[in-house]
Amino acid sequence: MEQSQNILEKRIEQDYQYGFITDIEQEKLPPGLNAEVIRYISQKKNEPEWLLEWRLNSYNVWQKMSEPTWANIKYPTIDFQEIIYYAAPKKKKELKSLDEVDPQLLETYNKLGIPLEEQKMLSGVAVDAVFDSVSVTTTFKKELSSHGIIFCSFSEAVQSHPELIRKYLGSVVPHTDNFFAALNSAVFSDGSFVYIPKGVRCPMELSTYFRINAANTGQFERTLIIADEGSQVSYLEGCTAPMRDENQLHAAVVELVAHRDAQIKYSTVQNWYPGDENGRGGIYNFVTKRGICLEENSKISWTQVETGSAITWKYPSVILKGNGSTGEFYSVAMTNNYQQADTGTKMIHLGKNTSSTIISKGISAGKSQNTYRGEVKIMKNAEYSRNYSQCDSLLIGSECGAHTFPFIDVRNPTAHMEHEATTSNIDEDQIFYCNQRGISEENAVSLIVNGFCKDIFAKLPMEFAVEANKLMEVSLEGSVG
Amino acid sequence: MLKIKELKCSIGDKEILRGINLDVKPGEVHAIMGRNGSGKSTLANVITGKETAQITNGSIIYNNEDLNEKTPEERSLRGIFLSFQYPVAIPGVNITYFLKEAVNAKRRYLGKDELDAATFLRQIKEKLKLVDLDSSFIKRAINDGFSGGEKKRNEILQLLMLEPNLAILDETDSGLDIDALNTIAHGITTAKSPERSFIIITHYPRLLNYVKPDKVHILLKGRIVKSGGPELAQILEEKGYGWV
Repeated sequence: MEQSQNILEKRIEQDYQYGFITDIEQEKLPPGLNAEVIRYISQKKNEPEWLLEWRLNSYNVWQKMSEPTWANIKYPTIDFQEIIYYAAPKKKKELKSLDEVDPQLLETYNKLGIPLEEQKMLSGVAVDAVFDSVSVTTTFKKELSSHGIIFCSFSEAVQSHPELIRKYLGSVVPHTDNFFAALNSAVFSDGSFVYIPKGVRCPMELSTYFRINAANTGQFERTLIIADEGSQVSYLEGCTAPMRDENQLHAAVVELVAHRDAQIKYSTVQNWYPGDENGRGGIYNFVTKRGICLEENSKISWTQVETGSAITWKYPSVILKGNGSTGEFYSVAMTNNYQQADTGTKMIHLGKNTSSTIISKGISAGKSQNTYRGEVKIMKNAEYSRNYSQCDSLLIGSECGAHTFPFIDVRNPTAHMEHEATTSNIDEDQIFYCNQRGISEENAVSLIVNGFCKDIFAKLPMEFAVEANKLMEVSLEGSVG
Repeated sequence: MLKIKELKCSIGDKEILRGINLDVKPGEVHAIMGRNGSGKSTLANVITGKETAQITNGSIIYNNEDLNEKTPEERSLRGIFLSFQYPVAIPGVNITYFLKEAVNAKRRYLGKDELDAATFLRQIKEKLKLVDLDSSFIKRAINDGFSGGEKKRNEILQLLMLEPNLAILDETDSGLDIDALNTIAHGITTAKSPERSFIIITHYPRLLNYVKPDKVHILLKGRIVKSGGPELAQILEEKGYGWV
């Protein structure tokens, strides 16, 4: 992993080098947070009064809260006054061809199987007329709007569909929910907004890729997805390419709302910079993600493959309010070197005949710590509800840790619960068996890890599944030994 | 093909093999017989390169190459195959996918084109019949939930697919009923060729009734104490190991 991490680091530094230029017109506030900063942000975005109010209320609430310390993670104290809360979108320096890009960066892209045109987009090469990101986006948007689907940035939605924002913002994750959600609610920069009208099945997978322009939206991202009655949508977040950000703290909030008979599938592949082989640097990914199955027979599925970030702290959850609604959580969380993960889900059963499925796979390597934390709550009136939970840990090497904290709270006697958990390590004998058949050590580990994660990859949209496989291989390089 | 000279081998501090000499020519079938604890499996492990088996003296020369510096995978690609005594389970890893990886790894090494999925499937289905395994077998994970007989038949299946030059069978006959033994023996016999050598490790003479060895060696406390032709196996059957 050392060799691979060095390469990763070098590539990222190169990427950083190519990615940003100093522009005298670029605006950046000095670090620090106060009501003035918030007013500035809101004014810059030309937001309506009620949204500014909402931000300020959140800020007031945040000030009275204290940072939670119950998670199984360690990190140096964050000075919230040292963070810059507003920076105008930066222009990326444009390169003329892939020849100008660091070959090692291209090597990772190739290993991850990222198509050539995407490689160009990622590395800031000007895309040619044949495959033009702008024209693709335009064609894309035309088709979506012909179905009445809204897919734009959150900031745009505030301007073009304020009534929808006003109705749903904070309805799943209130600004009082937790410390980081409150902070996000005060200072959120941008994110995605999706609205699928009644009865519409979104004809393509929505990817953040196509929404993002040159804007730097990473730090306090806010996303809202609404599926109206009988509609369906599949949303993809992230990409397998290693991403660096000068901001260390990422505290995003994602809210999903599924109306009667609607289905939302939200898939994430996350490979943020994990820090160097000594655990220095790296992104802190502290995210609040929650969906509500508001009405009958609705369904929300979360699928995630997390391999990056120095610290991953997130619990994509589902509130099963509507009768007969379904929540699903499928996760692969991999940690290596000094990474830490405390991730899992909450399934809250309120309605009758609701069901939830949790399949969590944790893989620890190096000196990392990987924790699964799950909560299944069956409330008093949630008759005939069912939950199936499976959490499996795989340990590679002898210096890493896997921890499990499942909480089950059942308040209705008709509930049906199943819980399974396994812990295993990659046996030397298994590796030797593969070696004896001509399969190298690294391929053997890859095979075994992929076998371990298979069920989860099967839940990902196809293109992501292929990338996810490759991502595991790249992330595992050098982890055996 | 294989020349072992004065081989001494230890596991941890314990010396297991105390000076083995063995000469296996292409096309020959050698039987290594001995009681439990005589060092039979260690011999298999040291030839295939298992880390725990440390060579302290002597050499293993395979096709004029000293095996000592070669990794287990390098040895495998050069044509050495081991049918394990206790095949390990690898849950979640599909046997077909695994075998295809192994077959193609070898083909790449030999400079051949990789097999596509369709061709591979055809080949594996033929071989499945030979070892009397159902075609539903291809959907299972390696050795996961397999019966003893299935595990051993799976080993022979892999042998047939990988086409090694030197096949070491470590107690392939143990734990098998008569039918399974028949099937295994049939599989091995099918694989016999003038370019392929076998080292059959066992402590029962049973399998040797089906697959006639050219030479039989008796291993006792880490040394080959007696070598002879196939009749040696018969004598052992009648007189037991005490006779040696």
